[in-house]
Amino acid sequence: MPEIKVTPLGAGQDVGRSCILVSIGGKNIMLDCGMHMGYNDDRRFPDFSYITQNGRLTDFLDCLIISHFHLDHCGALPYMSEMVGYDGPIYMTHPTKAICPILLEDFRKITVDKKGETNFFTSQMIKDCMKKVIPLNLHQTVQVDDELEIKAYYAGHVLGAAMVHIKVGSESVVYTGDYNMTPDRHLGAAWIDKCRPDILISESTYATTIRDSKRCRERDFLKKVHESIERGGKVLIPVFALGRAQELCILLETFWERMNLKAPIYFSTGLTEKANHYYKLFITWTNQKIRKTFVQRNMFEFKHIKAFDRSYADNPGPMVVFATPGMLHAGQSLQIFKKWAGNEKNMVIMPGYCVQGTIGHKILNGQRKLEMEGRATLDVKLQVEYMSFSAHADAKGIMQLIRMAEPRNMLLVHGEAVKMEFLKGKIEQEFSIDCYMPANGETTTVTTNPSVPVDISLNLLKREMALGGPLPDPKKPRTMHGTLIMKENSLKLVSSEQALKELGLNEHQLRFTCHVQLQDPHSDADTLHRIYTHLKSVLKGYTIQHLPDGTVIVESIVIKVSSSAEDSNTKVLLLSWSYQEVLNILKRSK
Amino acid sequence: MKLYCLSGHPTLPCNVLKFKSTTIMLDCGLDTTSVLNFLPLPLVHSPRLSKLPGWVSKDGTINLEKELKECAGRVFVDAQPEFCLPERELLDLSTIDVILISNYHCMMALPYITEHTGFTGTVYATEPTLQIGRLLMEELVNFMERVPKAQSATSWKNKEIQRMLPGPLKDAVDKELFGAVQVSPLSSGYSLGSSNWIIQSHHEKVSYVSGSSLLTTHPQPMDQSSLKNSDVLILTGLTQMPTANPDGMLGEFCSNLAMTIRAGGNVLVPCYSSGVIYDLLECLYQFIESANLGTTPFYFISPIANSSLEFSQIFAEWLCHNKQTKVYLPEPPFPHAELIQTNKLKHYPSIHGDFSSEFRQPCVVFTGHPSLRFGDVVHFMELWGKSSLNTIIFTEPDFSYLDALAPYQPLAMKCVYCPIDTRLNFHQVSKLLKEVQPLHVVCPEQYTQPPLTQSHRSDLMLELQPPPMPYRRCSVLNLPFRRRYERIYILPELANSLVPSEIKPGVSVATVSALLHSKDNKHTLQSVPKPPPMPPSKKRKRVIEEPPVALAPKPMLSGAVALEAFLATLQKHGITEVKVEETADGHILHLQAEDTLIQLEEDGTHIVCDSEPLRTTLRDLVLRFLQKL
Repeated sequence: MPEIKVTPLGAGQDVGRSCILVSIGGKNIMLDCGMHMGYNDDRRFPDFSYITQNGRLTDFLDCLIISHFHLDHCGALPYMSEMVGYDGPIYMTHPTKAICPILLEDFRKITVDKKGETNFFTSQMIKDCMKKVIPLNLHQTVQVDDELEIKAYYAGHVLGAAMVHIKVGSESVVYTGDYNMTPDRHLGAAWIDKCRPDILISESTYATTIRDSKRCRERDFLKKVHESIERGGKVLIPVFALGRAQELCILLETFWERMNLKAPIYFSTGLTEKANHYYKLFITWTNQKIRKTFVQRNMFEFKHIKAFDRSYADNPGPMVVFATPGMLHAGQSLQIFKKWAGNEKNMVIMPGYCVQGTIGHKILNGQRKLEMEGRATLDVKLQVEYMSFSAHADAKGIMQLIRMAEPRNMLLVHGEAVKMEFLKGKIEQEFSIDCYMPANGETTTVTTNPSVPVDISLNLLKREMALGGPLPDPKKPRTMHGTLIMKENSLKLVSSEQALKELGLNEHQLRFTCHVQLQDPHSDADTLHRIYTHLKSVLKGYTIQHLPDGTVIVESIVIKVSSSAEDSNTKVLLLSWSYQEVLNILKRSK
Repeated sequence: MKLYCLSGHPTLPCNVLKFKSTTIMLDCGLDTTSVLNFLPLPLVHSPRLSKLPGWVSKDGTINLEKELKECAGRVFVDAQPEFCLPERELLDLSTIDVILISNYHCMMALPYITEHTGFTGTVYATEPTLQIGRLLMEELVNFMERVPKAQSATSWKNKEIQRMLPGPLKDAVDKELFGAVQVSPLSSGYSLGSSNWIIQSHHEKVSYVSGSSLLTTHPQPMDQSSLKNSDVLILTGLTQMPTANPDGMLGEFCSNLAMTIRAGGNVLVPCYSSGVIYDLLECLYQFIESANLGTTPFYFISPIANSSLEFSQIFAEWLCHNKQTKVYLPEPPFPHAELIQTNKLKHYPSIHGDFSSEFRQPCVVFTGHPSLRFGDVVHFMELWGKSSLNTIIFTEPDFSYLDALAPYQPLAMKCVYCPIDTRLNFHQVSKLLKEVQPLHVVCPEQYTQPPLTQSHRSDLMLELQPPPMPYRRCSVLNLPFRRRYERIYILPELANSLVPSEIKPGVSVATVSALLHSKDNKHTLQSVPKPPPMPPSKKRKRVIEEPPVALAPKPMLSGAVALEAFLATLQKHGITEVKVEETADGHILHLQAEDTLIQLEEDGTHIVCDSEPLRTTLRDLVLRFLQKL
């Protein structure tokens, strides 16, 4: 039985360093190649030695697919391709290809230049790695080789995020990457065909959450920001440069416009300007509303949001600052946080998920004293708010995607074990399909039962279809008979006659003859005629012929009558039929 | 498989392909050359045009002076221009399942097909084709509507276009139609988002090649290799200017432009609002500094000028490699963004409004329509036509420039004809066809003979072996296609139950008896279920007269029964008394003890036996020697 194997090297019952190996139909595919933000040591990257102990990965992988530009999905890419060694194809969408190297370079700078790590990938490695990237268009089937094909679908989540459908023969797997089933202010909702994959590998960040309406969350967010500003506080919103940042900027921009607010909004790092440019140039990847109106008003040209300078942090008065990175684990957001943490008028709003080990995660769990580098402790007095703005599907969204794609099996990654367990139960209950949640390094094997594609001769097919009337009727299946010819790699189904012809064989006729005696006083001809009439009445639906040469023919059966030499009342019936005859006339005529 | 040809214009095709129970329209071009027979529609009152004499036949018997006017020695229709639509009577257009569009120039007749024929299908086009095509239609409607003519033509109802872009217009991707055929767009390199189409099933492949280009301009390069192994290749949209080299024309365009400006004249470039204009602007961007034209204003006037320029920047996926790389930086892929930013290029929706106050001369104006019959260009013809300092440079190849200029004669303005047509020329297409080797080529009849004006140029036609099948407007071609196989899926349970036997080295056969399911044009075979036990019927007994459930038929047999080996087998089964008699075709075996005859021949065996058990035994023995199919 064919099997599909799935092994997470990262993101197995965990969030971070997404990296999943899939073996399908003899092909090995790596899905994502991320880093873990919670670690600064070896555990930062997936353990590629699982694939091979020594040497390069090229021989072991047919392709690598990156779902989107977040570092927990692509952060290990240059390490994997340039330091471990991989020269095969790397697939990602155009926006991911554009943005990914910038975030990698940013990540490299923080790690090497600020933290002083050595033995890390270099700028040149990022460039070399990106040269191996082949861009993917949405919904376009890409033939990786003769057997393996991949197709990308829109995933929402961030600009350029994609789900991929991986297909070998009639077996297939869908990997969702991170996705969002509800459209937001700048992105559309994820969508996929009813492609019925053997396995759907889904993220499960919010496996147990069913979020309240987005509008409520937005209102809460604006209310909190507004209140804080009103009492003269400073609001820090740690974000990643691309993604939620644009969403929240659009939200604040429209709010400021409507309320005619004057407090400054700043966006940190030089990435901003650039980031917004990407959104303008890849506007086809945003939601319909933005795409429709971009000629008149480009939503990514902000009037109220200005670039941040480090010195502004000490300015008096209220302000809102978007700063990177989003989990307060390093960089500018952490610096500002340290500055503002002591004042209870200030506020930090965490708009997304925080990985374990990061400061973001700690303060969200209510920790009010933080140990900083060099034994210093930091008292957290400012308000800490959490608002789930990260564009992940919640439990409802995950179920919705399952209904869309109709997978035969489900496999959860990119989530916490406890939460996964809960969702797994729900999925198994609601859809009666198996749901797996392998840990890192653990292999899930799913046996598939693929149909065998065969080429059927059109003559044969048409002949069989014609039997069921002019139009095919799904409710009325017809029995068909034919010969399957297996030659090299081709499978052809033809009629037996055609099979003989194609193989250059002669038909061998096998016939049988036997004699049956019966008593009948009539003449030979009359006896034959009586037999004919009797058969006619008994065997409806068969062709029965009475030929002038003194034979009766039923299908392939030939019947002749002669009188016995001794007794003219004893008639001898000569019956002759072929091997292929279906009608068992001997038994019936008794 | 049939092809219905609804348009006779080779570069504005409209064909309908019937293929495996699907009806697919390939492109929907609107032939606009007919507008050259009409008088221009001026934007502001033109005394010259309004005072033209009516036309009366020489003997005065036919008087159509209200409708026909004489102008510059030619007769023109004084009415709203009419276009030449695709043929609508050749087949029932409501039966069309899908329309595939290859580029934005080839979709202008869509409203006529989708709105008034009962069409209920879907139109597929790539995203840029869809967006820019929509803009060009809006522009055309705008040109017509802002200068209403009292006399309106019968076939051109411009309101139609407004409601236009049919609802079910879809972004093109690989699509499966009714489970029967797969259609996929391939980049064709001609314009932003332009595509050729592959229409294929598991066993047949039709390639539809429309406007394609191998030149490196802004669009994504043409995908040639995917056209390989086509059974039929439908070839349309070759260059209309086979003798003009686009690069040379571009050079001439620049030098004429510079010359005129330096002499203090204005340059008028009648053009479409999307397409070559992007390349012209890019060329000028590089050229203006070196030609010292840095201060000359460039104007682009069209109701869709702004949209066209903006849209061109957002389709990175559909651009050539260099432009894609710029987007990754991120920078706008086209340099006209910079021209606009530095105020060198300005765009206006029309000559009215801001333009009239900001307009400075000498200048360069890009505006439509290239037929010179409507659009803002008409105004500039009236304005600049009288001065020999000015130059009009024709770059679009769709209209004869002499015909376009006819109603403006006499003209003092200089005329330069630099048609830029990047579509495939005959040399390129021969090379392409040699490489992709389609079994059959179908093309407009114009491509099978040299152009009328250059009848000696046998290089300006398609010469292929076998010769291409030519079509003209209203042709119905039977495409030489013999479908022999179809894809069917054997369900795993059935597949496991099959017993293959090797017939020849490397060739095995298995007989299959199965249930055939056909749904959505997909066929599957599954095992025949065992008949359920008859429920005990309480009703009165009835002779079941239906034919019995067909048992799996016995396979056909092949091979021959070897005499010696067969005798040995008989012996093993206790049949020893066998008298062998030789006949003309084989042998007759007389099994004396059993009173049974077996006739063995090359292509047949006949067992004459009255005892059923023995007959069965003998049958099984004979079958051992034969192959079952």
